[in-house]
Amino acid sequence: MSKISGIAASAGIAVARAFILEHPDYTITKTAISDIDAEVAKLNDALAKSKAELQVIKERTLAELGEKKAEIFESHLLILEDPELISPVTDKIREESVNADYALNVIATQFIEMFENMKSAYLQERAADMRDVTKRVLNHLLGIHYVSPAEISEEVIVIAQDLTPSDTAQLNRKFVKGFTTNIGGRTSHSAIMARSLEIPAVVGTKDVLSKVKTGDLVIVDGLNGDVLINPSEAEVAEYISKQKAYDLQIAEWKKLRDEPTVSADGKHVELAANIGTPNDVNGVIENGGEGVGLYRTEFLYMGRDKLPSEEIQYNAYRTVLENMKGKPVVVRTLDIGGDKELPYLELPKEMNPFLGFRAIRLCLDRQDIFRTQLRALLRASVHGDLRIMFPMIAVLSEFRAARDLLLEEKAKLKEEGIEVSDNIQLGIMVEIPSTAVLADQFAKEVDFFSIGTNDLIQYTMAADRMNERVSYLYQPYNPAILRLVKMVIDAAHAEGKWTGMCGEMAGDTTAIPLLLGLGLDEFSMSATSILPARSQISKLSAADMKDLAAKALQLGTAEEVAVLVQSIGN
Amino acid sequence: MQTTFRIIDEDGIHARPATALVNTATKFKDTEAYAEAKGKKVTLKSILGVLSLGLEAGDTLSLITEGTEEAEAMKALQEIMIKEGLGELHE
Repeated sequence: MSKISGIAASAGIAVARAFILEHPDYTITKTAISDIDAEVAKLNDALAKSKAELQVIKERTLAELGEKKAEIFESHLLILEDPELISPVTDKIREESVNADYALNVIATQFIEMFENMKSAYLQERAADMRDVTKRVLNHLLGIHYVSPAEISEEVIVIAQDLTPSDTAQLNRKFVKGFTTNIGGRTSHSAIMARSLEIPAVVGTKDVLSKVKTGDLVIVDGLNGDVLINPSEAEVAEYISKQKAYDLQIAEWKKLRDEPTVSADGKHVELAANIGTPNDVNGVIENGGEGVGLYRTEFLYMGRDKLPSEEIQYNAYRTVLENMKGKPVVVRTLDIGGDKELPYLELPKEMNPFLGFRAIRLCLDRQDIFRTQLRALLRASVHGDLRIMFPMIAVLSEFRAARDLLLEEKAKLKEEGIEVSDNIQLGIMVEIPSTAVLADQFAKEVDFFSIGTNDLIQYTMAADRMNERVSYLYQPYNPAILRLVKMVIDAAHAEGKWTGMCGEMAGDTTAIPLLLGLGLDEFSMSATSILPARSQISKLSAADMKDLAAKALQLGTAEEVAVLVQSIGN
Repeated sequence: MQTTFRIIDEDGIHARPATALVNTATKFKDTEAYAEAKGKKVTLKSILGVLSLGLEAGDTLSLITEGTEEAEAMKALQEIMIKEGLGELHE
């Protein structure tokens, strides 16, 4: 047995065989072939095997995800049968006596380049399909054993360098019991996904990939951040009993599901959930969420090849609002840019994407995109308690411009005879220090604030949270951050408004006592953190926490704050 | 036999309708089917061929069928164009 440590990214324990998710090396060399017929036969054999695979994937996708998701594999199948592809490859093998993989690669590359050079962004994206299909055939020609995450069909623990958004989108929760990666932190995309899928995960292990082979038995301890490779029977038994204890604790928390969140001395706060898609709403309800504090709408725009229409968006927003049954739903308008790219928008690469053209900056420029989203939201507003919030607001004029566009669209809809709610609260994300410092002025015009701590911390500390060499500066408990949070909360309260927090910090057990003490009104977190947080808050006195927070604000370092919080035996 | 369409779908001819067109054309074994647009003519039995035309909204596209079942083939292809909301007849 060997044990390595990483960052506990998603709670729970999983025991299963390892599945190495590695993108293989497709280096192709041109070689002269003597037996041409055999080479052509090899090509045909690889094509047949690829087709058989695709047929299986297509049928499974059809059964599990429906017709729309299966269509893509139907077109992949057609490419494998396409005479415009197969004939030139076969001709090349015969005429030039070259190896099949080389011939295929040359011809496929021509098609890939053709697509890449097309005017329509949609057709440019087809280059990815061509690459995907080509790789599938090359796997057979080169003897590469590669299974994409979508094809996993037994219980496994996925081991990878990192998981891209497209990898995670393909993970089947039924089979993927846990995952562990070389890089990443608690707030990296893969970690956030793991928590929303409720899959135990350990990230940032640095070298798990080199230590585990496919088929090794692996334990992922997402509670402590440990990964055990080929554990003994006794260890397996120990972890299975830990897993059971954890499940028991979960069951206890579930009892708090339908209870309000009240501190020991009777102060009520609201615990809400962060969601990415309408499918996440079930998890919010199961975990006793009192609302949705952050609906990240960018997932509607990702994993597709063009902008989502007003109708698609309306349906998604309406579904969330209806399923939340009148509980508040805070929808964040499109926050794209930074680490979240949309290929079809064809945005130029930037030197500093996190300081660049993203979120509200992009939306105010691309009003066609923004207005469509606002219309969809306004139309959905009659189906529940909708609250709209704008991301990355740095100056008041941005909020005003966004609000004016919203009001314009609202007036247009009313003119068209479409019903729109008149009780939509309008707020902003506070994630840029300028906005936190000027919160008293913002508070006069907005209905609420939601503090986005992930960005607020990295913009305040000038440190990229994904850069391991400076990640020590990602300090949620730093008194500088706490003071900013206090400024925002106090500014809102002075105007009779409320403040929420939708960053990772809101669900952090060390931060919760401080945030309660600072007077935070709404805590929005991963659905699975809600019940533990409710249990924790029920044992804390808000008055005592107010004193604790006041002390913390007078400390000099994050470490001193953490020690102070731990001293209350929380 | 030839019929001309004007593409109305805002995405032009994308993967799903292209797949449907190719599948339909392929059903008619003894009939050749072509798509012609922007001075290029490709076989309708090739998805890469159809996509390579790079058809966008507003473009004009001619479908051509030649062979024993050319009328049936044309009718089936026309149905796909209409059903997929791809084009309006342009004659």
